[in-house]
Amino acid sequence: MTFQPLPTVTDDTAPFWEGGAVGELRINRCRDCRTWFHPPAPVCPACISINVGPEVASGRATVAAYTINVQPWAPDMEVPYVLAYVELDDDPSVRLTTRLVDCAPDQVAVGMPVEVTFQAAADIWLPLFRPVKDH
Amino acid sequence: MSIPARPPVIGERNAVISGIGQSPVGRRLGRTGISLTVEAALAAIADAGLTRDDIDGVASYPGAMDSSPGMSPTGVPELKDALRLKVNWFHGGAEGPAQLGALFNAIAAVSAGLANHVLVFRTVTESSAQTAGRRASVVGSGGSRIGGAMQYLVPFHAVSAANWVGMYAQRYMHQYGLQREHLGQIALNARRHAGLNPRAIFRDPLTMDDYLNARLVSWPLGLYDCDIPCDGSVAVIVSRADAAPDLKQVVRVEAIGSALHGRDSWDQRADLTTMASHDAAKMMWARTDLKPTDVDSAHLYDGFSYLCLQWLEALGFFPKGEAAGFLDGGEARIGLGGELPLNTNGGQLSGGRMHGYGYLHEACVQLRGEGGDRQVQGAEVSVVGAGGGPLGGCLLLTKDR
Ligand SMILES: [Zn+2]
Repeated sequence: MTFQPLPTVTDDTAPFWEGGAVGELRINRCRDCRTWFHPPAPVCPACISINVGPEVASGRATVAAYTINVQPWAPDMEVPYVLAYVELDDDPSVRLTTRLVDCAPDQVAVGMPVEVTFQAAADIWLPLFRPVKDH
Repeated sequence: MSIPARPPVIGERNAVISGIGQSPVGRRLGRTGISLTVEAALAAIADAGLTRDDIDGVASYPGAMDSSPGMSPTGVPELKDALRLKVNWFHGGAEGPAQLGALFNAIAAVSAGLANHVLVFRTVTESSAQTAGRRASVVGSGGSRIGGAMQYLVPFHAVSAANWVGMYAQRYMHQYGLQREHLGQIALNARRHAGLNPRAIFRDPLTMDDYLNARLVSWPLGLYDCDIPCDGSVAVIVSRADAAPDLKQVVRVEAIGSALHGRDSWDQRADLTTMASHDAAKMMWARTDLKPTDVDSAHLYDGFSYLCLQWLEALGFFPKGEAAGFLDGGEARIGLGGELPLNTNGGQLSGGRMHGYGYLHEACVQLRGEGGDRQVQGAEVSVVGAGGGPLGGCLLLTKDR
């Protein structure tokens, strides 16, 4: 069995963890002032409105920081792998911690554009990211 | 929301550290948490010139927990019951300004008159727990579902603080031209000082080549950027200043920094080149007329080398972004005879992960002039800072004057 810790899914977090089933990155947003925010919470951090809920984000983001993990923390963990803090194009103040896939360790860089790709794990979908292919 | 420039009440000055105690600190001591805790506690009580019956308060961080093996085997109730303490105030818990939160709570309780002598302790048995086959400090290794802020890190395999800190360190390197050699200066400095401390764990000399050639853990952090799990206990007695039996040896509390204005998670802080340490340090300096140039010794969290760099910057020992230039100074900068002696006991990198309380103990040792081979001559002002990422707390201590 592969190492794969799973999140606790609640009513508030289900849209984030289950959006991948239909290929959607769902992030909470205020319906009054349109502020994006993460993690999910029942109130807008900008205007304190409770008129909030998940909306579909673009799935595009930019690498703000990264690390190349070399240490196998569990016996069934494949290393190395690339972790990153990415900033959503929809609002760069919203960050996700994620694992980069289809990305060699020497390829990653701060400022690199990435896009979401979902990996199913038990009853949730992990929003992983991969480099955006040059057009 | 901002910190008052000169608050009218600096209540922490009503408290002193009247006694200190430490159990053996080492690898695989094979002792229980309560055994180590009792040894440290009795040493601290005796050192203060008090008896068990004088202790009317207890505080600890983070409270007993078994989610990470050996992280906190002993909580407040177990010690309180073992010593049959009759307390007027007690508290144990993890939610606060990092590891020193328990100390700040004790200082506040004493300053508020809720207790006269509070025993504050921190106990770890992470080394023995590892030997028993359970890896310490890896979140998610237990198999159960993960909630809270950790659910946004661990399922992506960002399982270790080495990963979370590693990303911060990488960003600082990218933005400010820091090199691994600069982080290496912090590791080498800790090892030099550990060589002067008989109670430190790793005392053999460490060279820059050793540092750079060691295996990587999570780029840019390698083996010697990470501290060492250990077994041990530290206890201190926080007393009302007018109740301390022996004023000759007390350490004064000058100012506390417990602020957190940033987000409560690793990945959402607005400026990834700062940490909670910056918020805490700003508050601390606003509560004293002393300045960074007045500090004689610094005892700053080096659970990872980069966290220590962040504390140095947060406390204003160099301008933002200029860590590389500061650390280039090496031993002349942060060594025992240098401008700012840093982590004189070997820190956690070479001394062992006493999780914040080793720094506190060592700052008191220095201010009392009991450092022996590693004594900073004429030490009168010391700063202690603990924590990393969204957790940080610091305080300024002075020799009794
Ligand atoms: Zn709003």
